[in-house]
Amino acid sequence: MRTVFKTSYDQDIDLFKHGGQRFWYALLMLGLVAAPFFLESYALTQLSFVLIYGVVGLGLMLLAGFTGLFSMGHAAFLGVGAYAQALLCQAGWPFLLSMPVAGALAAAVGVLVGLPALRVKGIYLAIATLSFGFIVEEGLARWESLTGGNAGLLVPQAQAFGWVVDSGEKFYAVCLVVAVLSTLAVLNLLRSPTGRAFVAVRDSEVSAQCMGIHLASTKTLAFALSAFFTGLGGALYAHQIRFLSPDQFGILQSIDLLLLVTIGGLGSVHGAFLGAIFLIAMPQGIAMLKDYLPPHIGQAPGLQSAVFGLVLIGFVLFEPLGLYGRWVKIRTWLQLFPFYRRGMLARQKSYQKSERLR
Amino acid sequence: MAAWQVLVSGLAQGCIYGLIALGFVLIYKATETVSFAQGDLMMVGGFVALLLLNHLGWPLWAVLPLSVLALAALGLGLERLVIRPVLGQPAFSVVMLTLGLGYLARGLITMLPVVGTETHRLNLPYGEPLQLPGGLVLAVEQLVVMGSTVLLCGLLFALFRFTRVGLAMQAASQNQLAAHLMGIPVRRLNGYVWALAAGVAALAAVLLAPITFVHANMGLIGLKAFPAAVVGGFGSLPGAILGGLIIGVVEALAGFYLPEGFKDVSAYVLVLVVLVLMPHGLLGERQVKRV
Repeated sequence: MRTVFKTSYDQDIDLFKHGGQRFWYALLMLGLVAAPFFLESYALTQLSFVLIYGVVGLGLMLLAGFTGLFSMGHAAFLGVGAYAQALLCQAGWPFLLSMPVAGALAAAVGVLVGLPALRVKGIYLAIATLSFGFIVEEGLARWESLTGGNAGLLVPQAQAFGWVVDSGEKFYAVCLVVAVLSTLAVLNLLRSPTGRAFVAVRDSEVSAQCMGIHLASTKTLAFALSAFFTGLGGALYAHQIRFLSPDQFGILQSIDLLLLVTIGGLGSVHGAFLGAIFLIAMPQGIAMLKDYLPPHIGQAPGLQSAVFGLVLIGFVLFEPLGLYGRWVKIRTWLQLFPFYRRGMLARQKSYQKSERLR
Repeated sequence: MAAWQVLVSGLAQGCIYGLIALGFVLIYKATETVSFAQGDLMMVGGFVALLLLNHLGWPLWAVLPLSVLALAALGLGLERLVIRPVLGQPAFSVVMLTLGLGYLARGLITMLPVVGTETHRLNLPYGEPLQLPGGLVLAVEQLVVMGSTVLLCGLLFALFRFTRVGLAMQAASQNQLAAHLMGIPVRRLNGYVWALAAGVAALAAVLLAPITFVHANMGLIGLKAFPAAVVGGFGSLPGAILGGLIIGVVEALAGFYLPEGFKDVSAYVLVLVVLVLMPHGLLGERQVKRV
């Protein structure tokens, strides 16, 4: 186990705690940059999907994991971002410009949703965002002059100043750059006063208020930023899918995103990407497993949904901190090898607090 | 005249929403958790009734109580196995847990060989639609839904008013710690509440089956019951029924007077309006926060 003695303030606010971390993240970056050279196109597409869902997950993680407001209509922001990107691309905007604009549009919608969120909490907020998600989905389906309705909308290829993103490798590069920049942005946000305010609001609204945090503006900002990153992910998603239809942004997609942050590990940036890997790899794994299962189980249409449900229940019951929490436990075990004892990182149970009194 | 007709069928549909919302509210009131699996429990109840009625050929008078009992047992088991271990953890955990249960139920049901993804029809002996005075037409199944809702409300009222279990549930729902200290077995009561909610869901399924048929995604109608619960006030049983009726009527009227598409979102628009104007719903309790 490495013990870091902090001797300067710079060391305290450093993104990487020690040289080991620097080494492993550099290796990871190297692998990601080199991926197009040794991966075949299908695997590369899946990797792009992981990066896209990672960006979307970062957005929801900011809201659900760090601010403690959970949204059941997040697919709506994804949809707003995706449709904005598609329409702006059709109008001939370069993607360097249209992607931030798509994100900003989603953020504007996020502020709109944040407004009722100031008055309601907990389950009421979940239902408010759920309702909002339904309204946006229906709106996308009905505003046919703009979105093409249920007939769908073709997304043109991304281009910027003569450079057209016309191959999987180029698109992967775009995804990688966006994902890395978003991750850095979120990491830096989280160690800024704003990020600490988010966490304070999550842990206790009353204490946060006592410390001088303005609840209303913090929550609205959380919604806006979360929607921005989700919208950014949506813009990438539009190019990946190439064909948008309203039912891609419905309640099931929202629940998938919640599944992503829960399984990845609420309240960790790693969790967003781990959850994205899970969400993409799980259906593949099930598809591969199908051949080895008895046919009446393997060919059943509900297999994937049942496995997802089981995994979700298992994680909430046995590993509430998700995949990242599991990794932290394994790492601690390795570091402390002979001295690890069970329950070191166990969550402390608290008495149930009444939501009605909060 | 057409408007009256719309109103009446809206009320019938609203009773269904109200019945499902009753399940949410029962669980929320007693345990402060929200079960997103309520709609899927209803779906399971529909399939239990389908199995008993269509495949085993049992008479209706036996099928109805049996499917309610079967689902109540399932609810009891679910609470013991899955929900109890996460008590005391944030509400988010329970919501994710019940979402997972919903996924699992939908997946397992479609994996059954005889069920699959098809739509099934429950063989219920309903006759011709009734001609009411004034030219209104009311299907028998709608009438049965309304009647059963009234009956169930009466039964629940009696349960909470006159029985020891019901009174204990009320006590636990007001203050779990105080109830526990007074010797009420709060944990066991939570199990009963889940059983009760699941039983109500089974009843709703049998009533709903002739209207929407039985299929694996019928639980998604539960998402319409959330607005009903919120409009009425999440912690109020009469509120759930009232909210259901309001949602049903608003939806029917929106479908009749407004352009296509407004029908499906009207419930959600209404819920947003209610949340902004009265965050506690129409009949919800207002409690003052003390630090």
